[in-house]
Amino acid sequence: MKYYDKLIFELSCPGRTGYSLPTSFDASSRANLCSPEKRLAVASSVSDAASNIDSTAETGIRAAVPGKLLRESALELPEVSEVDVVRHYTNLSQMNFGVDTGFYPLGSCTMKYNPKINEEIAAHPLFAGLHPLQPADTVEGAREVIDGLDKALAAITGMKHFTFLPCAGAHGELTGLMLMREYHMARGDSARVKVIVPDSAHGTNPASAAVCGLEIVEVKSGADGLVDVESLKPLLGPDIAGIMMTNPNTLGLFERQIGEIAGLVHECGGLLYYDGANMNPMLGKVRPGDMGFDIMHLNLHKTFSTPHGGGGPGSGPVGVGERVLPYLHIPHTSGFHGNFGVMLRAYAYILMLGRENVKLAGPLATLSANYIKESLKDSYKLPIPSVCKHEFVFDGLINDGAREGKTGATTLDVAKRLLDYGFHAPTIYFPLLFHQALMIEPTETESLETLDAFIDVMHRIAAEAAENPDILHGAPHNTPIGRPDETGAARNPVLKA
Amino acid sequence: MAGFSYFPHTDDDIRVMLERVGVRNLDELYSDVPADFIYKGEYDLPATMSEQEVRDFFEGLGRKNTTLKVFVGQGAYDHYVPSVIPYITSRSEFLTAYTPYQCEISQGTLRYIFEWQSMICRLTGMDVSNASMYDGPSAAAEALRMSVACTRKRNKVVVSTKLMQNVLDVVATYLKYPDIEVVYAWDVLEALGPDVAGVIVPSICRHGVIQDLTGIADAVHAAGALLIEYCDPSALAVLKTPAEWGADIAVGDGQSLGIPLCYGGPYVGFLACRSEYMRKLPGRIVGQSVDASGNRCYVLTLQAREQHIRREKATSNICSNQSLMALWVTVYLSLMGPEGLRRVNELSCAGAHYLYDELLKTGRFEEAFPERPFLKEFCLKSLVPVPVLQQKLLDAGFFAALELDGYVTFCVTEKRTKAEIDALVAVVKEIAL
Amino acid sequence: MSKIIDELLYSESHEWVKVDGNIAIIGVSDFAQEEMGDITYVDVPAEGDSVSRDEDFGALESVKASSELYSPVSGEVVAVNEELEDKPELINEDPYGAWIIKVEMSDKSELDTLLNAAAYAEIAK
Repeated sequence: MKYYDKLIFELSCPGRTGYSLPTSFDASSRANLCSPEKRLAVASSVSDAASNIDSTAETGIRAAVPGKLLRESALELPEVSEVDVVRHYTNLSQMNFGVDTGFYPLGSCTMKYNPKINEEIAAHPLFAGLHPLQPADTVEGAREVIDGLDKALAAITGMKHFTFLPCAGAHGELTGLMLMREYHMARGDSARVKVIVPDSAHGTNPASAAVCGLEIVEVKSGADGLVDVESLKPLLGPDIAGIMMTNPNTLGLFERQIGEIAGLVHECGGLLYYDGANMNPMLGKVRPGDMGFDIMHLNLHKTFSTPHGGGGPGSGPVGVGERVLPYLHIPHTSGFHGNFGVMLRAYAYILMLGRENVKLAGPLATLSANYIKESLKDSYKLPIPSVCKHEFVFDGLINDGAREGKTGATTLDVAKRLLDYGFHAPTIYFPLLFHQALMIEPTETESLETLDAFIDVMHRIAAEAAENPDILHGAPHNTPIGRPDETGAARNPVLKA
Repeated sequence: MAGFSYFPHTDDDIRVMLERVGVRNLDELYSDVPADFIYKGEYDLPATMSEQEVRDFFEGLGRKNTTLKVFVGQGAYDHYVPSVIPYITSRSEFLTAYTPYQCEISQGTLRYIFEWQSMICRLTGMDVSNASMYDGPSAAAEALRMSVACTRKRNKVVVSTKLMQNVLDVVATYLKYPDIEVVYAWDVLEALGPDVAGVIVPSICRHGVIQDLTGIADAVHAAGALLIEYCDPSALAVLKTPAEWGADIAVGDGQSLGIPLCYGGPYVGFLACRSEYMRKLPGRIVGQSVDASGNRCYVLTLQAREQHIRREKATSNICSNQSLMALWVTVYLSLMGPEGLRRVNELSCAGAHYLYDELLKTGRFEEAFPERPFLKEFCLKSLVPVPVLQQKLLDAGFFAALELDGYVTFCVTEKRTKAEIDALVAVVKEIAL
Repeated sequence: MSKIIDELLYSESHEWVKVDGNIAIIGVSDFAQEEMGDITYVDVPAEGDSVSRDEDFGALESVKASSELYSPVSGEVVAVNEELEDKPELINEDPYGAWIIKVEMSDKSELDTLLNAAAYAEIAK
């Protein structure tokens, strides 16, 4: 990776153009290019000193729209030639690390390989030009994609049907909670305004609940990291709309009492919501619908291989069982049909897997996670030694090298040192239960050599810490930039050029 | 085990790994799962397909679609997409990267988001923009929630019914469940009161009429509320900006900035505001900083606003943005520049006004909003049966004359040529009066 | 060992109170600022807002965390420390000097339910 310190605005030069548009909407005018006036107009429109067709064209809008409705200030967008735009963004990309660059063991993110056939299908011209409001009989193919994906996800999860409007996991959670409320409202039960969430839950859970007008009630985890059923019982009452859980939970542990939990929650009149962020180890092995969940969301950009894109676009379809099915299409949380381009990718992936290979996805992901856990527990603290699923949590280094005059190496330091060795760091400082949390999720698409290389580097980093934690404190050394001043950025925000 | 290209593990690999883990087989990894929950049947999915079979499958589905000449807008605009863009957005370092939490190896993502934020501010005139939202309609809903968060004790919002239908539907959905009262009004000033936190109006109404927002910001501010403007960012190259109208928050969808129609998504929402409301902005924000060696760099900042820290006290639950689509738009704006974007609007405006005049000349339409200015989208009253009109146009390959509030709506972008417009008009002329 | 000032009263959520007639001057303790790390922003109410005992009136933000501020007394906010807007780090540098809000108390008896320095020292470990 090479440090490249430009912003596109700094490449701007008045008169440069990177666009190609017809000179007028009148196509027939191109036939008259031979005329001297037209040639002059075309020529001057590409010269730096232009005025010309633009100013005559400008009278078009000025004639149609009164002056007081027109923009007053100059529009300062970059004026850059095509080659310089391409170079700029190509150079930016070379400061980025993707799954295609190297191993990306971010716990809870499921950074599996993004197949390229997906990209080809997503860009297919027979889908790209469809307007979302076109009449149904002109988009039968697109509708079949959505129906086919719906059926496939239903088969994989045991739910009945999905809505594809949510654009991300948190968006799906929100939609799912709205469905929970619709269910209770339809029964005239307005007292149910609380949702139970394990204390190990991701921050989006309480935030989504708040957006939905619901209050969060936390249930404690036991020493084994699982929801403590005895702590759950007193929380259940007529004000409970339901419980939000992820299974396996954020520690990578399967909530083995889910059957009992489902029974208790249903008995008190509540619903069960499954946060599908951790669906990967369940792929091909366990179906949330079979465990008693009434509503769930999936992250197509996690479990179903669609690329993360640097932070989106994703897709968070929400599936429901019989109880909630009548309400499925009530919430409209996005403007058209959802992120159709993402859905195309997920569908292609499922077809490539097929019913045979889907059965191996979860187990291989789980095997890989356990392999790393067993290989590194000699150097990193493993608070919960039981067999995990697709991810697990270390609680920092066993020997962080702390001594007279030197503070020990923290999880942050380990993460930054990993960058020097060409790996993306795991998830750090989540879940909050462990103060030096390091959450590792390899997924099923990594070879044994890659896993061994990662294990080797993690051992090396542990050895470095034990010998001299300052090596880690100063990391990363081999990346385009070193650690940034985040405090300064927050105290004196500069948020635009 | 038959090889599958996404699973690198060979039988030997698996054997080595099982031994290290201390289990006999893969099933044993799930021994903590109650037996009843282990799915034992066959999944009701097709058999595995090869790439060629997948290609054929989607080719078959694709042929069941009809790509039409699009003469409708309503939130999804068929604007020209420069050839450069997909080559940049499909670069795997952008495409397969995660959210830039490890900023030392994500400067690419962070820089283009900073550029996006900057460009959105320049288009709208606002001081601060976030890293993007899911889409325009959900951004509008989030902006209304934000106005409630900004005005502490107030929890009533006023929503203009001049907004597009899908914006209204999403806003209604978001505001149905929390303790926020929503008042809908065609003329928002009539619904103003001392308990109103935010008011949202479109810069161009659902019928395509460019709005004169004179006096609205003053009235809204006098009532102690925030003004939110929903706008088409492409049109901001030529129309008065939200900042110039006195708005406090600007939202909309970046789809009109070169994102393909793609049957409705992925698109990208934007949300920008005046500096005094910065701390209540939902979503991610990228800020500028330096590293220890003084190198300029970019980081996710002001994270204390966000859901993973504020949890239930966050303004929103939003986690991801639409990052790659923000890159798409950033590259588009870098190529177009102010002249290109102005020309997009000029060409669209010229085409739309030409179509408008020609349609009236056919005698099959009446003006719906005479004397009201429009840019690229407009409504007319059809004097022929609408289903007939729509079907005839469809048969000739045009998607046009969408029914809206008893009118029919049309939209012309710079992709529509005079020849196409003339052909559409010719079809209309054949409809019996 | 974080610093504790004898003359002040404290709440269990680590706010300190200095009583000046009918006005309660409120800030956060040395322990609180140490826990937060570098403070990047202070979310404060406006003059004229009312606050209630044990209800949150604002928050401290650092790069990676946010912590609610709970009012030790009920009443009306009569002053807000404007310096904190540009320099939130004053709380880190001088937690007992950098007051956050001043409240005209509506019920002085609430002060009796706060902790004295010795009692606070037991929690601020």
